[in-house]
Amino acid sequence: MNAAGLLALIALAAAAFWLGRRRALSLAQGTPGAARPHSRPVYHGHYAALCCSLPALAALLMVLAAKPLAAESPRFAAALRAALLIAPLAAGGAGLAFALRRIGVALRARSSVERALRALLAGCSALAILVTLGIVLSLFFEAARFFELVHWSEFLFSLKWSPQTAIRADQVGSSGAFGAVPVFAGTLLITAIAMCVAAPIGLFSAIYLSEYASPRARALAKPLLEILAGIPTVVYGFFAALTVGPGLRALAERIAGSGLPLAPQIFGSVSSESALAAGLVMGVMIIPYVSSLSDDVIAAVPQALREGSLGLGATQSETIRRVVLPAALPGIVGALLLAVSRAIGETMIVVMAAGLSARLTANPFEAVTTVTVQIVTLLVGDQEFDSAKTLAAFALGLALFLITLTLNVAALLVVRRYREQYE
Amino acid sequence: MSENPHSTPAAARRRKRRHARERRFRMIGAAGIFAALAALLLLLGSILLRGLPAFTQHEVNLELDFANAFGGGSAISADDAEALQSADYGAIVKHSLRRLFPDVQSRRERRQLNALLSRGAAFELRDRVLANPALVQARPVLRLPLSDDADLFLREGGASRARPESERRLSDAQIAWLDALAADGRIERVFAWRFLSRGDSREPELAGLWGAVLGSFWTLLVTLLIAFPSGVAAAIYLEEFAPKNRWTDLIEVNINNLAAVPSIVFGLLGLALFLNFLQLPRSAPLVGGMVLSLMTLPTVIVAARAAIAAVPPAVREAALSVGASLPQMVFHHVLPLALPGILTGTIIGMARALGETAPLLMIGMVAFIADLPSGPTAPSSALPVQIYLWADSPERAFVAKTSAAILVLLSFLMAMNLAAVLLRNRFERRW
Repeated sequence: MNAAGLLALIALAAAAFWLGRRRALSLAQGTPGAARPHSRPVYHGHYAALCCSLPALAALLMVLAAKPLAAESPRFAAALRAALLIAPLAAGGAGLAFALRRIGVALRARSSVERALRALLAGCSALAILVTLGIVLSLFFEAARFFELVHWSEFLFSLKWSPQTAIRADQVGSSGAFGAVPVFAGTLLITAIAMCVAAPIGLFSAIYLSEYASPRARALAKPLLEILAGIPTVVYGFFAALTVGPGLRALAERIAGSGLPLAPQIFGSVSSESALAAGLVMGVMIIPYVSSLSDDVIAAVPQALREGSLGLGATQSETIRRVVLPAALPGIVGALLLAVSRAIGETMIVVMAAGLSARLTANPFEAVTTVTVQIVTLLVGDQEFDSAKTLAAFALGLALFLITLTLNVAALLVVRRYREQYE
Repeated sequence: MSENPHSTPAAARRRKRRHARERRFRMIGAAGIFAALAALLLLLGSILLRGLPAFTQHEVNLELDFANAFGGGSAISADDAEALQSADYGAIVKHSLRRLFPDVQSRRERRQLNALLSRGAAFELRDRVLANPALVQARPVLRLPLSDDADLFLREGGASRARPESERRLSDAQIAWLDALAADGRIERVFAWRFLSRGDSREPELAGLWGAVLGSFWTLLVTLLIAFPSGVAAAIYLEEFAPKNRWTDLIEVNINNLAAVPSIVFGLLGLALFLNFLQLPRSAPLVGGMVLSLMTLPTVIVAARAAIAAVPPAVREAALSVGASLPQMVFHHVLPLALPGILTGTIIGMARALGETAPLLMIGMVAFIADLPSGPTAPSSALPVQIYLWADSPERAFVAKTSAAILVLLSFLMAMNLAAVLLRNRFERRW
């Protein structure tokens, strides 16, 4: 089906609309006193257009579904090419003829059109489910193929990750090693660093904005914080790789040369790609997620609780620490869980600043790798879909999806339960 | 008679301590905001400082001698299209530069001298001559781009000069030639129109962003065409038609979850479904737009639902009471009133899609593509992907290019968000 064929179909539907409407108009202008049509002319037009385009689309899909058969004989392929153009137009024409015959005083065109519309709307809303289903199925099938090649216990518990297999089977190291523990550990390390930055800064910002700041300061600071959430992650990645990473390395070299005990061992081998650089910048990126969600839950704590505490003589900070925060705690936990899920799924910052070496380490100055980095490196470039290397990316993707899904659901549950408490 | 317990010296001390703690707490809160804003400032500032120079570049004015290069002094006529096409413009450029430095003789020196000019200089000369063949008759003075190394040197000046020769990209001789050219007033710093009008290139001084901008445009167009209608339709169904049952609950949970799925997972879906299963073309904005539309869909649905829910029930009841059917009420009355809010949400969703990189990497929009994409199925790059590619390039001149590309991306994002805010302020109705 080419663009011209599609245009022909659209033109046919438009013609159907016009014909149907004209037919209905001629009905309406009949003899005075005669029965008037049930629906307004425009609905007859839509009715005709629907009767024309739905069979055409169905025919088109049927021909497309038969396409794999075309590989069998060239004659069949030629017939198919012709059918691709002719069948939809024929079906559309038949539908149009049917509609024009049916258009009359008694036809409830509006009801039919509205039924079709409703079905279309419902179909669109089911798209969300289809997308989720598509994600789950595509990840699951590719991951299942991976686990045929590599045992799941090796993937989950083995400590060695080196998926860059040789291209030919007889080369050395063609098997590769698919123990994902170092990858998960790296993800965890970077996420922990990011949360160490984002949790305090985000939380204190939220407290200050909702409890202390004047309306003017709030109106100024809140959008500025939101800018942090609007900056594309590739920009953060560039910042981490070019400003923060080298800056940290220079700092570490200075500390290593300072003569402090153990300093050379810890700071001696800092590369400009380090977990710390990626984690710090990622922390900055998720500050607004923590702060705006926490802001919402803190603002939702009933004013009466604050007034009760202040009335008993507590200072404002005592009220916040002993009354407001405990009351808002479930919501804040939910916000932090969502932030963790963001951090785990974040890709560009770690791709550009965290490095590729799958190392099992807790030293934030070393380069580590994460789930998302591995997915990108395994899948960017040429790939064939039957090697363990490519399929491993889908196994990692499945793990990533399941982890973030769990975190999101947990966060939503916590937040929802909390909201019910005070509303 | 007992003393007032609140006026003892001990109580005063306690009060003082509590107030000091209050001030500390407040300061920590303010420090949190300042830390976040300082990070923002550092980020934007460092990119601005690095990126602004990339909007200019150095070029050299050369008097071009066409006569010699066309073979022994016999100048060609401007009408001879064949000769104009096939002429060795590289030789013309080199010859014209060497005439300025007659003492340059050895092969090595000549190569070094030629390296001062961009490799694209010959192609640009050819394009200009083909556009205006009369040039070959005269001895025109044309401005041609310098190489990225020469350009960087001219920017850095003293700092680079002070380093020993082995640590520089330019040799002492090359620096002397550049100085001579500058002393002649031949070197100019001009606006880098190539950066905004060209496609990608391996040479930093020739690389442009326009191909990526076009790629992003096609991608977003596909995203908009898919996400907007289906998102609005889903929102209308959920707000106005859907019965409250398990099925609609399931849909809602799904939408909330999709909004929080990592973007790279959408990329995996696109790779497995669109590329591997449906065999759609790799690196095409069409597929990129489809993947991003799945990602943007939840944003559009949530925004559209909020806007539809904000239309007061009185509007609906009035429409129904004069005999409108449910769909007539929705499409003739509710939707027009909700449209500004829906559009605002859609623009914000589009802005997010514009900045998204990871899913595009998955579907192969990460190749080096020098041609401008001609449509949604032509292989192309996109703005954020171009930034990623340039950030990965070893040439130092690409650092400035990357920052400048980020500035362009951020200004697009700012424009979109501004449009959303204006739309909201202009059309939003408070009921």
